[in-house]
Amino acid sequence: MYKVIKREQIVPNIHLLVVESNIIHKNAKAGEFVVVRADEKGERIPLNLVDWNKNSVSLVFMEVGTSTSKLAAMKADDELATLAGPLGKPTEIVEGKKIICIGGCYGIGALYPVIRMFKEKKNYITTIIEGRSDYLLYWQDKLEKYSDEFYEITRDGSKGFKGHVNDFLVDQIKKKGADLVYVQGCTYLTYLTSQTTRPLNVKTIVGLNPIMVDATGMCGVCRVIVDGETKFGCVDGPEFDGHKVDWDNLINRRKIYLGEEVYSLSFYECERYG
Amino acid sequence: MASKIIPKKTPMREQPPKERARNYEEVPYGYNEEEAIQEAKRCLQCKRPTCIQGCPVEIDIPGFIKFISAGDFSNAIKKLKEKNILPAVCGRVCPQEEQCEKLCVLVKKFEPVAIGRLERFAADWEREKSSVSIPKIPSATGKRIAVIGSGPGGLTAAGDLIKLGHGVTIFEALHKPGGVLVYGIPEFRLPKEIVYREVDYLIKCGVQLVLDFVVGKTATIDQLMEEYDAVYIGTGAGLPWFMNIPGENLNGVYSANEYLTRANLMKAYLFPEYDTPIVRGKNVAVIGGGNVAMDCARTALRLGAREVHIVYRRSHKEMPARNEEIHHAEQEGIIFDILTNPVKHISDEHGWVKAMECIRMELGEPDASGRRRPVPIEGSNFITPFDTVVCAIGQSPNPLIAQTTPDIKVGKWGNIEADPGTGKTSKKGVWAGGDVVRGGATVILAMGDGRVAARSMHEYLMTGVW
Repeated sequence: MYKVIKREQIVPNIHLLVVESNIIHKNAKAGEFVVVRADEKGERIPLNLVDWNKNSVSLVFMEVGTSTSKLAAMKADDELATLAGPLGKPTEIVEGKKIICIGGCYGIGALYPVIRMFKEKKNYITTIIEGRSDYLLYWQDKLEKYSDEFYEITRDGSKGFKGHVNDFLVDQIKKKGADLVYVQGCTYLTYLTSQTTRPLNVKTIVGLNPIMVDATGMCGVCRVIVDGETKFGCVDGPEFDGHKVDWDNLINRRKIYLGEEVYSLSFYECERYG
Repeated sequence: MASKIIPKKTPMREQPPKERARNYEEVPYGYNEEEAIQEAKRCLQCKRPTCIQGCPVEIDIPGFIKFISAGDFSNAIKKLKEKNILPAVCGRVCPQEEQCEKLCVLVKKFEPVAIGRLERFAADWEREKSSVSIPKIPSATGKRIAVIGSGPGGLTAAGDLIKLGHGVTIFEALHKPGGVLVYGIPEFRLPKEIVYREVDYLIKCGVQLVLDFVVGKTATIDQLMEEYDAVYIGTGAGLPWFMNIPGENLNGVYSANEYLTRANLMKAYLFPEYDTPIVRGKNVAVIGGGNVAMDCARTALRLGAREVHIVYRRSHKEMPARNEEIHHAEQEGIIFDILTNPVKHISDEHGWVKAMECIRMELGEPDASGRRRPVPIEGSNFITPFDTVVCAIGQSPNPLIAQTTPDIKVGKWGNIEADPGTGKTSKKGVWAGGDVVRGGATVILAMGDGRVAARSMHEYLMTGVW
């Protein structure tokens, strides 16, 4: 069992979870993830590693289904049934480049260690975070600290640039150029960004979130078609070249258990709240 | 000794096929004491027993059977455990017909002694009586060993090494110990409680068990070697194969590993009480003819499928599954589409598999495996509707360790190369065995490898000679 040190809601539905671990930090690198299981009956789900030290790991997640609702109900001194990692391939290190980093939703948290690593490697970093409205944006200070330029985008215009990330991104690239675009967030954001940068011919790395079970390469549920080849998200990814991902297949595979997820959540909520 | 030999094995009672096909309870009930004694008396107690030669872990077979025939079950299990730390497991899943029972002298005229059933009986008897005794552990040697993977091979190596006085830590990537015994083999064939009891026994003997530890990621082999004097790699064959045919990434198409892991390890058959879901298909195709394919097909039935097909490209005769497994599957109503090979999965308008296109095969000349090569019959393609497809055509070793241990020699299929006589790899202080070396093989061969390696590791630790 793994003791929860802290769990707090950062913005509505987005939570920070800090869990005791004296081992994961040893090999942890930016872009990797861990697998957690809330309790004995829980699913194994992958969550991005956003920070780590010799006593703990920090994770950011969005509350959507049963597993994340269970995590969102945790408080200090509760225990997770499983915490395993670090897993996946770390973000490929680049040096001295001009990089645009984009985060949305839980991906804003997931950007943090990657931006930190990119900054250490002397890259020029433009960070863009986006959300529906200003109250859904977070960690501005943490991210700005490692960014050379920092922008916010809201769909309702309540803060920063009004609109979608794609309009803003095209403008940025055309005006200032970029060697690499790096995106963390929901499948829609990673997809949209990849479609935006494709005609501009800027390499785009996306952090994907396919369904996983063991997350060690054993079951193959996380398969993603990249450049016509089947890859496993958990061991070959979770980061891939967004211009080579078969998005239709990925988006479709994300929906395999949609019906079960809804059913499971109602079952859980009935059990929990009666 | 019996004056007149009963020609047939004492039958083992089992759940009726119709009933069991809808539940997760174990299929055969096992012998009771009378049945076990009766069967044990069929053993001729040969002076030079040939059966032992067929056992990868060299159990004193006539020895333990003699105790059973005398009604001394407690000594029977002690005798078994001298050589086999997982008798309740092996009694259930070993292919005895290919090993010990094949070499039983009775085979010339009659059915062999039911060695597997007797092994299971003795182990179950001990468990039910709750009289598990812990062997005397010799004084500590001060040597520390890391065993990677808590499958049958790792457990055997750990058991042998702890009894020699070494400090043993098992590292398991998943949240439950047992490896394939837990994520792969279904509850109705091997109740998980049995595996956990066997693991508990090792823990009581002093073995340390670390779960949720992915060697290669959480720590590399080299990092482990800073703390441990020797390492045994028993990480199994955890990389599923697909056929590389169109439509394999459609929703509803599973690898056997995923299907079984969801059902067994994650208990998806108890969804929504357990959170992990599984697609409960009505028309299920399982591709492959091995034990894993039979497990998937029978699992699909228990998950509520109306019709389950085994789709296999050769004929019945070439099926690698145990006869007992094929027989059980047939009894439960699994349909066998033999000499049939899938060429394509067909999608519905929502990206789900709705049918499979197959081609009929015929058998040609024998191939490298000695089995007749299946050859497609041109123009014989046909389409069958399926809403779930499970690909159970094999697996190769998980590459995580090989990728992060550059100085370990790896073969063409990603298998770690190890000396068959000792289990030594190309890296000093590191041994390997079981499926990570052999590719997909059996529980008992993995256990045999664990034993061979433990012997060699002990020698190395005591002499320092590699």
